[in-house]
Amino acid sequence: MKLKHTIDINICKGCGLCITVCPKKVLEIADKVSSKGYYPAYQARSEDCIYCAICCTMCPDVAITITESADEAAFKQEMEA
Amino acid sequence: MGKVLMKGNEAIAEAAIRAGCLNYFAYPITPQSEVAEYLAKRMPEVDGVFLQGESEVAVGYMIFGASACGARVMTTSSSPGVSLMGEAISYITAAQCPAVFVNIMRGGPGLGGILPSQADYFQATKGGGHGDYRLLVMAPASVQEAVEMMMEAFPLAEKYRNPVMLVGDGLIGQMMEPVEFPDNLSIPATNKDAWATNGMDTRKSDKRNLVKTLYLNPEELNAHNLLLKAKYERMKQEAVKYEPYNLDSAYQVLIVSYGTMSRVCKTAIDMLKDEGIEVGMVRPQTLFPFPEQAIFEAAACESCKVALSVEMSMGQMIEDVERCIKGRLPVKWHGKCGGDVPTPEEVIDAVKRLIAEY
Amino acid sequence: MGKTFKKPEALSDQPTHYCPGCTHGIIHRLVAEVIDELGIRGSTVGIAPVGCAVLAYNYFTFDFQEAAHGRAPAMATGIKRVRPDLTVFTYQGDGDLASIGMGEIIHAANRGEKFTTIFVNNAVYGMTGGQMAPTTMPGQRTTTSPLGRKPLDVGMPVKMAELLAALETPSYIARQTVIKPKYVKKAKKSIKKAFEYQLEGRCFSLVEVVSTCPTNWGMTPVDALKWTEDTLLPYYKLGEYKTPTNGGNDAK
Repeated sequence: MKLKHTIDINICKGCGLCITVCPKKVLEIADKVSSKGYYPAYQARSEDCIYCAICCTMCPDVAITITESADEAAFKQEMEA
Repeated sequence: MGKVLMKGNEAIAEAAIRAGCLNYFAYPITPQSEVAEYLAKRMPEVDGVFLQGESEVAVGYMIFGASACGARVMTTSSSPGVSLMGEAISYITAAQCPAVFVNIMRGGPGLGGILPSQADYFQATKGGGHGDYRLLVMAPASVQEAVEMMMEAFPLAEKYRNPVMLVGDGLIGQMMEPVEFPDNLSIPATNKDAWATNGMDTRKSDKRNLVKTLYLNPEELNAHNLLLKAKYERMKQEAVKYEPYNLDSAYQVLIVSYGTMSRVCKTAIDMLKDEGIEVGMVRPQTLFPFPEQAIFEAAACESCKVALSVEMSMGQMIEDVERCIKGRLPVKWHGKCGGDVPTPEEVIDAVKRLIAEY
Repeated sequence: MGKTFKKPEALSDQPTHYCPGCTHGIIHRLVAEVIDELGIRGSTVGIAPVGCAVLAYNYFTFDFQEAAHGRAPAMATGIKRVRPDLTVFTYQGDGDLASIGMGEIIHAANRGEKFTTIFVNNAVYGMTGGQMAPTTMPGQRTTTSPLGRKPLDVGMPVKMAELLAALETPSYIARQTVIKPKYVKKAKKSIKKAFEYQLEGRCFSLVEVVSTCPTNWGMTPVDALKWTEDTLLPYYKLGEYKTPTNGGNDAK
């Protein structure tokens, strides 16, 4: 079962709370502004993510979700979306 | 139940229950605390809700919360207390929630007195709170009429989804008169699932309801105000009530008076009639919508030379009377505001002075 | 290995208007998660205050009412009295609850009204642009205490949890915060406990949540967390100040 960590850049306001609490220092602020005018957070080192969801608990905008994607196809298809 | 001798305040309380209003929130204030005292005993007997709030401000919002979740609800207070409810009344009207407010008026302004008065006319009809809003305002002249109006108030509030205010003066609340209650006429509450926050499970719906009055978008707020205004226009077409008195005579003076004051005027008119002096009267039973057409037509009577607005205030309704008569007649005021009700003789003197003058 | 995480059903998809890093958003999510977990979305009525959180009614997916400033506890009283079967909660800020609405919250708690209050204390008036609130700290600069709050002039900040816990009527009163993941967990436990006391028809419940206001404090969201820990938490001590059992006899 593969987990997928997603930050919705249309919701993230780049507040940085998730970054301060990530135990694995995975997250950083992007240097490209989103359509909403914020510099969103993103997974700079996604391979280090242990899916502990601590970032999710600190996100004021529920911009971060962790979902199951059972098979590769669905996983790939989600990646392109 | 037959005729019962009952104090106005208690009759109003019993009428609410008979009208199916089983939820009452209030704060004590002379001259209407008996309503609360009566309902404190009575509501438990009918599994109703009785709660004394910590202030009229809080009570106003208990009414709002209860009404917004679909309950039939009312409160009673008196002048200063009604001032404190002004903001809530504005909110409830904006949110289009039905509710019944009773104001047993006392002398003002400020702490004023505890004796009867009609000095809250502006407050009731021109808005005691902020923003463009109107209340359907009814003014009983007897305990019996207060009972009947109370029982009409709830369906009217639900029909227009607008608060209804019943204004009596201290006398209406304090005096005892024989009263007959319509037999257990419990006017069924209308279904409020379309708008009330009565719980999605209750409505078996997954569409949630929202009762709010914030409209940050100007077009939306303007549209909302137009929607409310349309209701007030409807009230003007459908809900005007007044009682003509002696208008079929060749009256020289047209009196406009309501509530207790109008009863005194009736006595004066009868006494004047015995002296061969004809005086007519229009008694508004609804203060909003105001009986504009009736007064305008009454002022057209050939023999009538002057109109007289008789109020237990320094002259507030007179402004509406003048507005309706549109200059056809001079409009004068007579009244007192200390709390002692003008006597028939005082009204007769005022009428005679006018006749001499015009 | 690892956990999934998604938006609770009771929270709507509407992005919030709150400033970046404002912890209102976390508190909203905790309330929504609790309502989901208790399965009461269909019978819950929330009451929004006047303040930043007035628009909370856009962020929840169940019945909501919007109160006048400070009057949410009175509206909640009205609902709960006529419909005791509904779950009712007010969501209020410090200006709303501790200033204009102080009368309403104290009397609702003292009557033992069986609803829940989520009280967000961020030591400032947010929506109106950063004025001093009853909970503003001594020396804290706001737009109406530009030289810092002077206790000799306007008194000390109000400790609502302690104030309400002093009432004799049984209730559940707790103070939590959400400035760190460990605190978020505790805050959620407290909020859930508050709602459970309501579902039992047991007592009034209030959870004060010490919160940040980066914009009006003039700090970055992350610095605001630090300032909360260094300045607010020593004064607004966390903990459960009253629970029905040790608060005298249970509310009947």
